[in-house]
Amino acid sequence: MIISIASGKGGTGKTTVATNLALSVPHARILDCDVEEPNAHIFLKPEIKEKVPVFIPVPKIDKERCNGCGRCKEVCVYNALAVLKNDVLVFSELCHGCGACAYFCPQKAITEVNKEIGVIETGNSRTSWGGDLEFIHGKLNIGQAMSPPLIRAVKKYIDPAGVNIIDAPPGTSCPVIESVKGSDFCILVTEPTPFGLNDLILAVEVLRKLTIPFGVVINRSDLGDRKTDDYCRKENIAVLMRIPFEKEIAAAYSRGMTIVEVLPHYRERFQAMFEMIRDGKKK
Amino acid sequence: MSVKQIVVISGKGGTGKTVITASFAALAENKVMADCDVDAADLHLLLDPRIEERHDFKSGVTAVIHKDKCTQCGLCRTLCRFDAIGDDLTIDPVSCEGCAFCSFACPSKAIEMKENTAGEWFSSQTRFGPMIHAKLGIAQENSGKLVSLVRKKAKEKAEHIGADWVIIDGSPGIGCPVIASLSGVDCALVVTEPTLSGLHDASRVIDMARHFQIPVFLVVNKYDLNIEMTGKIEEYCRKEKVPFIGKIGFDKTVVEAMVRGKTVIEYSDGEITQRMEDIWSRLQKEVSYGKG
Repeated sequence: MIISIASGKGGTGKTTVATNLALSVPHARILDCDVEEPNAHIFLKPEIKEKVPVFIPVPKIDKERCNGCGRCKEVCVYNALAVLKNDVLVFSELCHGCGACAYFCPQKAITEVNKEIGVIETGNSRTSWGGDLEFIHGKLNIGQAMSPPLIRAVKKYIDPAGVNIIDAPPGTSCPVIESVKGSDFCILVTEPTPFGLNDLILAVEVLRKLTIPFGVVINRSDLGDRKTDDYCRKENIAVLMRIPFEKEIAAAYSRGMTIVEVLPHYRERFQAMFEMIRDGKKK
Repeated sequence: MSVKQIVVISGKGGTGKTVITASFAALAENKVMADCDVDAADLHLLLDPRIEERHDFKSGVTAVIHKDKCTQCGLCRTLCRFDAIGDDLTIDPVSCEGCAFCSFACPSKAIEMKENTAGEWFSSQTRFGPMIHAKLGIAQENSGKLVSLVRKKAKEKAEHIGADWVIIDGSPGIGCPVIASLSGVDCALVVTEPTLSGLHDASRVIDMARHFQIPVFLVVNKYDLNIEMTGKIEEYCRKEKVPFIGKIGFDKTVVEAMVRGKTVIEYSDGEITQRMEDIWSRLQKEVSYGKG
């Protein structure tokens, strides 16, 4: 089973929900797909056992063979190749790694070489009640623009037989879609403010388009106004859980601690939410 | 003077970028506002723009297979690296990267690349002056290109009306839309919060800004939620030589003002307004003197 956690607006508590849920479900694994700014490790403190670099293939031109015909440039829709008189320049940061240039080059002058875009780290987190949590995250290299290939690589670690919790990045564009695609269920975390609601509505539209079932967690549920509740009722969206603003939670968060560490009764609440999602899926 | 561009970014989401950007809208004179958080835009909720011009944003292409021409050879499926072509040789438009490899390679010319309407951009007026903003289409890509377009239009507008500033609300993260919102600006203001995640993400976005040789300044929002962590962030700034130009206390009026669709400057005469004024005046000086 794959449960992803997304939000539209940033800073609403995705990582809080993802880490606490992962700690409350036995034998889960967490995959942090917010590869631009991964944070789950701050709270789960995993012992990293393996680091694997992730590459995308980019073209390399063999100048001996290239005759400057320009076919590669014609088939590159990303403008990652510029053909000069006797040379081809490669702008690897624009390359999506589709492979068309190498395939079509009549001189066979293009080979594909690996460019590192980030790294995947895997390991284990010990939970306070002795269980083990499998931990996987991707970290985009600074200055790299394209996160989707790295997110795809993180998702290769999904265990089809187990419970997989995916922490998605904020927003509604390609990195979010890449992260939540293929989920059995998506939890949208929001806060009851105008910003939170505006971005929740955008996220709901995305999930409906992708036909992924979803529900909402309202974080800091006692701040702001009632409009988020009204919206969910009107749209028939299940509110799975409300987390009130508590000083203890905020203080723990700021120090890199989870809710279930400081308020252990929350573990039952997260378990109940998981069971609700799982049983809902069986129906 | 030429137009100066300032972008507000954070790395981590939800630290207060838009609230601070909107305060600058109320404080700065003679400026154009630009919302570059195109896939979760919020600045319009505080600035209430009246849309004067509306344009489609066409970007990227998606493959469409014409079944009548298709001979089911399956070459497209073999070549596609984005798993966008299913066993039944239909295209999943969400997975399609628009690379057109399949279309170029198809021996029976059965695959057409159709242009996407990936969103809309707007030129508007607000009670604080002009604003350029956009809305990315649902589940659309190319947000970086839409950000670049908003930047370009905002700069043109500023030059046209002789504005001094373009003030840009950025998006969270360090990837393509953030890089697009940052390239060529005069400075980036990084807004963070006193948490381990806030510091971790701010340091990554600062490294990213420096990678592109953009001067950075840092502000801690809600600093009093964890004074000790604020101290650590100040220490980080000293060590990394990042100018620390202010801290803003947690203030309930931020959400109250937001609920009423106002900036905190309009809504409150308290401490927070004073802090915002200090930060804006400091930033203004740094940018003006810093570049002569």
